[in-house]
Amino acid sequence: MAKFLKKGGKDMPAINTASLPDIVFMILMFFMVSTSMRQTDKLVNVKLPEATEISKLERKDLTSYIYIGTPTLQMQAQYGTDSRIQLNDSFKTVLDIRDFIAAERENLSEVDRSFMQVSLKVDESTKMGIVTDVKQELRRCSALKIMYVARQAVASY
Amino acid sequence: MADISFLMLIFFLMVTTMDTDKGLSRRLPPMPDENAQVQDIKVNKRNLLEVRITTNDNVYAANQVTAQRITDVNELEQIVIEHLTNPAGNEKLSNKKMKDIEGFGEYAVSEGVISLQNDRGTSYNKYIEVQNVLVRAINRIRDDFSKENFGKVYLQLNEEQQEIVREAIPQNISEAEPKNVGKK
Repeated sequence: MAKFLKKGGKDMPAINTASLPDIVFMILMFFMVSTSMRQTDKLVNVKLPEATEISKLERKDLTSYIYIGTPTLQMQAQYGTDSRIQLNDSFKTVLDIRDFIAAERENLSEVDRSFMQVSLKVDESTKMGIVTDVKQELRRCSALKIMYVARQAVASY
Repeated sequence: MADISFLMLIFFLMVTTMDTDKGLSRRLPPMPDENAQVQDIKVNKRNLLEVRITTNDNVYAANQVTAQRITDVNELEQIVIEHLTNPAGNEKLSNKKMKDIEGFGEYAVSEGVISLQNDRGTSYNKYIEVQNVLVRAINRIRDDFSKENFGKVYLQLNEEQQEIVREAIPQNISEAEPKNVGKK
């Protein structure tokens, strides 16, 4: 009799957790695949020009980005199709670059400030006028290290 | 199951890149003091190779020897190389000056300067294309120098040797002050 009594004990059997790691891994996978690493929303179309003699960006943390290109389709109703400058998350004018650079510089530690770099992501169909304006403004803010971001092209010679 | 997950995890870790940007690095010249009189740095005429890109994306190159329209940008490479290395010792191409390079010795460093001018209407694509050719020409010269002296191409040299090469063949590309040409 005692045999039967024991079998029908009141406590529930523990849930088998052997498959829990698998579930966790699956979720991890899902997030790894679905997340992208971009921090800012793109408001302008940028198709980078091709170049062969390109070098890698050295310190990503010291780099600020300036996007120049035509506004994306959703933005064209509001901003037209002329080339615009995008800093962080909004459209800006050349005059705003000064504040932008100052703010970016403020974010860096004092040691790194002189190594600050500006990456220009410019659409290949942009006219040089706006790029020249940006370059002049950068010179005025003495942010002299710049990089024209380009795509790797297959050498043609 | 966990093993498979690990394998997948490692696979994705390897495959995803962190999107490091690549491009052409440049150093802008500092803004001249506004109070100071604009002074052109005296560059000997023979050292100067002017490359101009017009509104219509035509490329012109001019030094003391030639002044021509470049139809194929790859032609520009030869002109730049000839201008900077000046193998025949032409009086009208860039001058060379003996310089003592640390760890290497005396070397006749070219004083040639490439001045790149563009118009407001120039397309960025063309501008980068020309910039790229200029860098490629200089990289060619550097490679030749490296092979001759160290037996390897520039990129395979160690840090000190690269430093020597950089000093022997400087990258003198100047971006001229913008001019408003095609604009009212």
